[in-house]
Amino acid sequence: MIRRFASNKGAVIGVLILLAVIALAVSADLLFPRGPWAMVQRPFLVPFSTDGLPLGTDTLGRDVAAGLVHGARVSLLVGLVSTLVALMIGVPLGAVAGFYGGWADEGAMRFTEFFQTIPNFALAIVLVAILEPTLGSITLAIAIVSWPPVARLVRAEVMAVKRRDYVDAARLAGLSKFRILTGEVLPNTVSPIIVMASLMVATAILLESSLSFLGLGDPNAMSWGYMIGAARTVIRSAWWLSFFPGVAILLTVLALNLIGEGLSDALNPHLSRKGTA
Amino acid sequence: MAVIAPILGRLVKALVTLLAIAVLNFFLIHAAPGDPAVVLAGEAGAADEQMIAQLRERFGLDQPFHVQLGSYVWNIVRLDFGYSFRQGAPVLDLILDRLPATLILTLTAFCISLTLGIALGVAASARVGKASDSLLTTLALLFYATPLYWAALMAVLVFSVELGWLPGFGYETVGAGYTGLARIGDVIRHLILPASTLGLFFMAVYMRMTRASMLEVAQMDFVKTARAKGLSGPVIRRRHVLRNAILPVVTLAGLQAGQLVGGAVLTETVFAWPGIGRLMFESLAARDYNTILGVFLVSAAMVIAFNILTDLVYRLVDPRIGARA
Amino acid sequence: MRPVLTIEDLSIALPAGADRPHAVSGMSMTIGEGEILCVVGESGSGKSMTANALMGLLPPGVTVAGGRAVFDGRDVLALPETQRRALRGRQIAMIFQEPMTALNPLMRIGEQISEVFAAHGMYGPTERERRTLALVTEVGLPDPAKIMRAYPFQLSGGQRQRAMIAMALALEPELLIADEPTTALDVTTQAQILDLILDLRRRRGMGVMFITHDFGVVAEIADKVIVMEKGIAVEQGSAAEVLDTPQHPYTSRLLDAIPTGRLPEARSLEPAPVLELKGLRKVYRTGGGLFRPPREVRAVDDVSLTIGRGEVLGLVGESGSGKSTLGRTVVRLVTPDAGQVLVGGTDLAALSEEELRKSRGKVQMVFQDPYASLNPRHRILRALTAGPVAMGRPRAAAEAKARELLEIVGLGPEAAERFPHEFSGGQRQRIGIARALAMEPELIVADEAVSALDVSIQAQVLDLLRDLRARLGLSILFITHDLRVAAQLCDRIAVMQTGRLVEMGAVHDIFLAPRDPYTRALLAAVPGADWAAENRMAGNAEGARP
Repeated sequence: MIRRFASNKGAVIGVLILLAVIALAVSADLLFPRGPWAMVQRPFLVPFSTDGLPLGTDTLGRDVAAGLVHGARVSLLVGLVSTLVALMIGVPLGAVAGFYGGWADEGAMRFTEFFQTIPNFALAIVLVAILEPTLGSITLAIAIVSWPPVARLVRAEVMAVKRRDYVDAARLAGLSKFRILTGEVLPNTVSPIIVMASLMVATAILLESSLSFLGLGDPNAMSWGYMIGAARTVIRSAWWLSFFPGVAILLTVLALNLIGEGLSDALNPHLSRKGTA
Repeated sequence: MAVIAPILGRLVKALVTLLAIAVLNFFLIHAAPGDPAVVLAGEAGAADEQMIAQLRERFGLDQPFHVQLGSYVWNIVRLDFGYSFRQGAPVLDLILDRLPATLILTLTAFCISLTLGIALGVAASARVGKASDSLLTTLALLFYATPLYWAALMAVLVFSVELGWLPGFGYETVGAGYTGLARIGDVIRHLILPASTLGLFFMAVYMRMTRASMLEVAQMDFVKTARAKGLSGPVIRRRHVLRNAILPVVTLAGLQAGQLVGGAVLTETVFAWPGIGRLMFESLAARDYNTILGVFLVSAAMVIAFNILTDLVYRLVDPRIGARA
Repeated sequence: MRPVLTIEDLSIALPAGADRPHAVSGMSMTIGEGEILCVVGESGSGKSMTANALMGLLPPGVTVAGGRAVFDGRDVLALPETQRRALRGRQIAMIFQEPMTALNPLMRIGEQISEVFAAHGMYGPTERERRTLALVTEVGLPDPAKIMRAYPFQLSGGQRQRAMIAMALALEPELLIADEPTTALDVTTQAQILDLILDLRRRRGMGVMFITHDFGVVAEIADKVIVMEKGIAVEQGSAAEVLDTPQHPYTSRLLDAIPTGRLPEARSLEPAPVLELKGLRKVYRTGGGLFRPPREVRAVDDVSLTIGRGEVLGLVGESGSGKSTLGRTVVRLVTPDAGQVLVGGTDLAALSEEELRKSRGKVQMVFQDPYASLNPRHRILRALTAGPVAMGRPRAAAEAKARELLEIVGLGPEAAERFPHEFSGGQRQRIGIARALAMEPELIVADEAVSALDVSIQAQVLDLLRDLRARLGLSILFITHDLRVAAQLCDRIAVMQTGRLVEMGAVHDIFLAPRDPYTRALLAAVPGADWAAENRMAGNAEGARP
C-alpha cells in the first residue's frame, strides 16, 4: 500500500509541500522570534527590496514573511483539530445509524440532512459571530458544519459492510452487537474515512481562512485569511499583501488534496485503476 | 401526475426544515453571551434603555422559555424577522431589497459551473491519459484548492485594475443612468467577474466528478452492449455514458448548493455586490444579529429551493425514481 | 455445410504481470451455417476472451497476438476499426451473461433495440418501429407494445435476456455469440431461453458460438463442443463424441464432476430429529406510505419439516422461492413472524437476544460467497476461535481445536496464521465449513455453499461434506437452486415455491416419481436432463453388473 502511494507523483509532491509547511510552522518562533505582530520597518515595503524582509511589509510595517510562517500554525492547527472533532461527531452517528437501522437511522439521518441543508459557511459565520471569535469557537464552528458528510459516508459504508456474510457469521458466533460493530464492521470502513479526513483538513483550512478574511478570526492569532482580509482595501497599491498568503493557502490545500487522492488510489486500487484506464 | 406527490412531500419537508432553523436561531441568540435583548439590539442599541425594554417585551423575556420560543417562531412564520436598529429598517425589507442581486449571482454561477464543469469533465474523460486531460485535471485541482475570495481579489487585480477590461466593483455603473438593454448589458458586465470567480471552485468540483463518473460508467456492461451493436464511440458516449454519468453529478450539485450560497458572502464582499451576503458582512461588523440571523434563514431557504430544483431535474433524467416512489 | 467462421491458430496475449502470458493460445475451430458450437471451460479458461477478440471488444491491455478469424471471406482480426464496427451488430451479434446490467437503465427497451438499425443507418423511423415490434414479438415477450415502452428495471431477468436476444437478431446476423447467456437465470427460465435459441437457429439458420461452463447446457443444445483449459483447446468434436467418449483427462474430470443425476444409495437413518420446524412464517413488507398499503411478500409460508440426526436435507427452489429466508430463519438471522424452530427441544425462535447468544452454537451456517464470508482483516485463527471463545471455551483449547479442524477440512494447521486473501475460493469455503464446525453445532445450514465455485472445485467441496457427514455424523440443511447438486449429497429433498413447501421426499422418489407439477417442471428444466437420465440408466446398469 505504501509503495502504491509512493509511486503516485502527485501524492509525493503533496507530502513534500505539507512537510515544508509543517516544518515552517514548528520553527516559527526560531525563524521570527519577534512574532508576527511586531512592526519592523516602514509600511508598504515592496518584496525583495529590503534585506531581511523578502516578502515586504504590510500596512502597519509588519513583516509579511513572519505573518505567513506564524499563520501556518493557525491553519494547520484549526484544520486538524476541527477535522478530529467532526470525525468524533460523524463517525459514531453514522455508525449507529447504519448498523442499528430503523428509528435510530431515521432520526440520525433527518438530523444529518438538516445540517446538510443549512448553508455551511453561513452557519459557521453565525456561530463564530455569536460565540465571539476565538480559536476554540472557530474550530468548533468548522467541526459543526463539516461532520454531516462524515456521518453519511460512515453510514453508507457500515450498511454495505453489515450485509457481508462474515458479519452474519459473527452473529452466529454469539458476539454481541457492539462487538460486531467495533470489531468486524468499523475496521473495514477505515480506508474511505481516512481519505475523507485528509480532504476535510483541506476544506477546514479554507473555511478558517474565509472566516478570518471576513474579520471573524481570533484577534490574538495571526492567520493567512486575516492577512488577506486586512490587505483587501489596499489591493490596488500593495498586491503582495494579499498575494503571498493566498499562495500559501493554495499550496497547503493543494498538498492535502493531492495526499487525499494518493491515499484514495492506494487504499482502493480497484477504483483507481478505473480512474486511469 | 406521479411527479406532484413527491414534490409536495419535499415542500412539506422544506417547511419543517425552515421551522427547525428558526428554532436553531432562537437557541443561538440565547447561546450568545449576555442579555438576548442587548444582543439583538447590537451596537446600535447598547445605549438606548427604552429600546431594550421594548425588545424585552417583544421577546417576552419575563415569560417561561417555551413561550419565548413559541412567540419567536410565530414571528418568523409571519415573516417578521425583527428590526435592524443599525440600518433603521425591518430586516425583511432589507433582505428583500438585496435578494434579487444574490439570486442573479448564485444562479448564474450555478449554471456556468454546472455546464462548464460537465462539458470539461466529458472532454477530459474522452481524452483520458493524454496531455489535454492532464492539463484539465491539473487546472481543476488548482481551482479546487484556491480560496474563493482570493481568486476574486486576484481577478479584480488582473482584469479590473491592471487590464481594465471589466468593472470589479458593484452591481451597475452608478450615475450612468442606463435604461433597458443598455442597463442589462451593464449589469452583465458587472456580473462576469463575481459569477465566474464564485463558479470557479464548483466548476472544478463538477468537472472532477463528471470525469470520474464518465470513466466509471464507460466500464459498465451496457456500454459493451452498445459497442456490440456497432455504435460509434461518440454516439456511445453521448447516448449511453453521459446520461448515466450525469446522475451522480446532479446529486452532488444539489448537495453543493449550500456551499454555493454560503460562498456568495465572500464574493459579494470582495466585489461590493449588493446582495444578502454583503448585507451579512456589513451586519457582522455592526453586530446586527437580527439581520445576520435573517440572512441565515433566507439563505437556507435558497438552498432548499436549489435542492428541490435538482431533485426535479433528477426525476426528469432517471425514469426509475418515479416508478419506485 | 458452409462455414460461417473459421478460426486458425488464435492467440490472445494478456498484459505483463498476469498469471499467464496468453489468455488463449493456438486455438482453431470452425462454425458452420446453422450450427451451435459450445465453448466449455471453467473460469479463467479464456473462453470469453475468444468471444471478445472476435467482436473487437477485448479489455485494455489484452491483445490478439496471432492467428486469423475468417468470416465472410475476410480476417476480422485484421480489419480496421471502422469496418469491424460495421460488422458488429450487423453480421456478428453478441449477448452477455448479466441481462441485469447489459441493458442501459435509462433507455426504453424499444429505443435500445431500434438503436441497432440506427447504428448501421438502416430504414426510416416507421420501418424501424415496425421491425422492433416484430422482433419483440418473435422473442416471445408478452404484450410487445408495452414492453417497447418499458425500462429495463420493469422487466424480469428472463425478459431482459429476451430483449437482448431481440437486439442481437435485429439485422439477421450470420453469427451469434452468446457469452454464458443463461448463467444468471433460474433453471426454468434458462430452459425457455435455450429453447428460444434453438428455435431461432432453426428458423434463421445462423451459426451460434455458445460459451458456457455447464455441460448440462452443452448436452441440451450443442452440435459441436470445444473444451478449453487455461487458454488451450484440449478437446473438440461433435457433442455426442465429447460427452459420451471424452478423450482428454480434463474433459473426463469435468464430466465426472458434473452431477449426472447418478443417485446415491438410500441410507438408513436414526429417527431422532435434530431440527423440527413447525408452522414457520415470515412476511416481508416493502414500500407503503401514508396512503398506500405496503406490498407483502410471504417469503416463508407455513413451513413444517424435520431433519433427523445425521441426515442431509436438500432444500431446492428458484430465486424468490424463500429458501434462503427459511435457512436464515433456522439459524435465526431472521426472526420468524410465527412458528417454532426446535433444536434439541429448544425453540430458537422464542429466545430473547441474550439467551439466543448463548445458544448460537447449536446451529451454524456456511455461506454462499467465499469472498464475503471471511473478514479480510482477521487471521483465519481468529475467525475460527471467536465463536468458541465467546461461548466460554478456554482460548488455548479453542485454538487447538481450530488447527485440528483446518486439518480435517484439508488445509493443514499452518493455514491458521494466514489472512483470507491468501486463499482461493474453494479453500475459503473449506475455512467457512471449519468455522461452522468449530462451534460443534447440532445442525449446519449450507446456503448455496457450492454455487459460486467452478464445477471441479464444487465436486471437491461436495466430497468434503460427504466425508464429514460420514465421519462426524453431521446433520445438514443443504440449500441450493441446483437439483443436480442436491441429488449428489442429500438423503431427502424438499422443494420450495413462493414460500411454500410443495413436495418433500427421498431423493429417489423426487427424481423418479415426482408428484407435484412444479417439481416435475423443475426436473424437466434441468439442462441435460435427458442425457443425464440415459447416463443414469447406463450407470445403474453398470452398478448392477456383478
